[in-house]
Amino acid sequence: MAQKIYPDAKAALDGLLFDGMTIACGGFGLCGIPERLIDALVESGVRDLTVASNNCGIDNVALGKLLRTRQIKKMISSYVGENKEFERQFLAGEVEVEFTPQGTLAERMRAGGAGIPGFYTKTGVGTQVAEGKETKDFDGQTYVLERGIHADISIIKGWKADETGNLMFRKTARNFNQPAATCGKVCIAEVEEIVPVGSLDPDCIHLPSIFVNRLIDGSPYEKQIEFRTVREREAA
Amino acid sequence: MAWDRNQMAARAAKELRDGYYVNLGIGIPTLVANCVPPGMTVTLQSENGMLGIGPFPYEDEVDPDLINAGKQTVSELPQTSFFDSATSFAMIRGGHIDLAVLGGMEVSEKGDLANWMVPGKMIKGMGGAMDLVAGVKKIIVVMEHVSKGGGAKFIPECTLPLTGRNVVDMIITDLAVFQRPDHDSPFKLIELAPGVTKEEVRGKTTANYVE
Repeated sequence: MAQKIYPDAKAALDGLLFDGMTIACGGFGLCGIPERLIDALVESGVRDLTVASNNCGIDNVALGKLLRTRQIKKMISSYVGENKEFERQFLAGEVEVEFTPQGTLAERMRAGGAGIPGFYTKTGVGTQVAEGKETKDFDGQTYVLERGIHADISIIKGWKADETGNLMFRKTARNFNQPAATCGKVCIAEVEEIVPVGSLDPDCIHLPSIFVNRLIDGSPYEKQIEFRTVREREAA
Repeated sequence: MAWDRNQMAARAAKELRDGYYVNLGIGIPTLVANCVPPGMTVTLQSENGMLGIGPFPYEDEVDPDLINAGKQTVSELPQTSFFDSATSFAMIRGGHIDLAVLGGMEVSEKGDLANWMVPGKMIKGMGGAMDLVAGVKKIIVVMEHVSKGGGAKFIPECTLPLTGRNVVDMIITDLAVFQRPDHDSPFKLIELAPGVTKEEVRGKTTANYVE
């Protein structure tokens, strides 16, 4: 059987990187971020990247690291707040952004991975998002044509995977990781634990192995929290 | 006296109905979660992939893999489910969510909403707001009646880039509530904060509306 497990992120990206490539990246804020793979991209020095990702990390964290090293040419994102370096580079014209509504971005990834080159949505009709795009009326309502995303590689973060790449996510860390995984020519997944085949319930696989080409165990993880909000325990 | 943030959220909560699936935006809309009437079941959806949002966690329950769309740590409930972003927006775009409460920078008299960008200044992005206004059955905008500079925010035409065209059903400000029965009708002033007069609202609004 073809071996999908690689010793580390650098090895897992070997032979796949080139300047000007497009990368689909999972995660929402700092939740479910493929941090080992991002670190390896920084180290590789690959440049002029177009990155489809809901966010661009925060200052010098997650994709913010690739921003600081000026390796990103363009982001396809719905929200890039909480990131001063991004704001600076954007206002200085050093990085491009294709602002894409969050649901449209998720569907563009899903469609790209599902062999659907484009789809009509009512999201963004009548706004600058729809400018220059084809529209069509269905049942009296106007929809705009959005294109599926095809990336050169997908980088995602999962919770557990078996040795064939069947993968499970954990809680809200699933987010964009699932659609992003499907739209790259090669998907590289990092997980917290690789388990033997047969130890995951086939009914509970979130991402079937066919979508995972290369796999690393990236543990241990020190997961960061963007906004830590808690409540007090009432006195007994 | 004008309503404060919590009172605006409480007013929005009066629009909740038993069994509703609801998406709450960031800021004042998030406070609506604290105002669900006792005995009423309302399920909160978070666009990052969670249905059934619990309260903020206790300190020893904080989980980095468990956040809301505002990237705040939250807790789960016995009935919670998790899903990916494409499924989340199938719920939103597909018309399965009953109500969304969002913040606003400007609302036009035709129900256009602007809340995502100030050219040259604020470039954060629209997040899920454009999908929400396109797909959710009822859209309530909660915002201050006037800007920090004192300018009207409920106006004839939006000046900022739009989030959606003809999408707002109800506006709750610190001074008043406006509503319209459908997207072809004008907004009607239906409620005033205590001590606020129709004349004061008229003086701070440039949009046309029915009294």
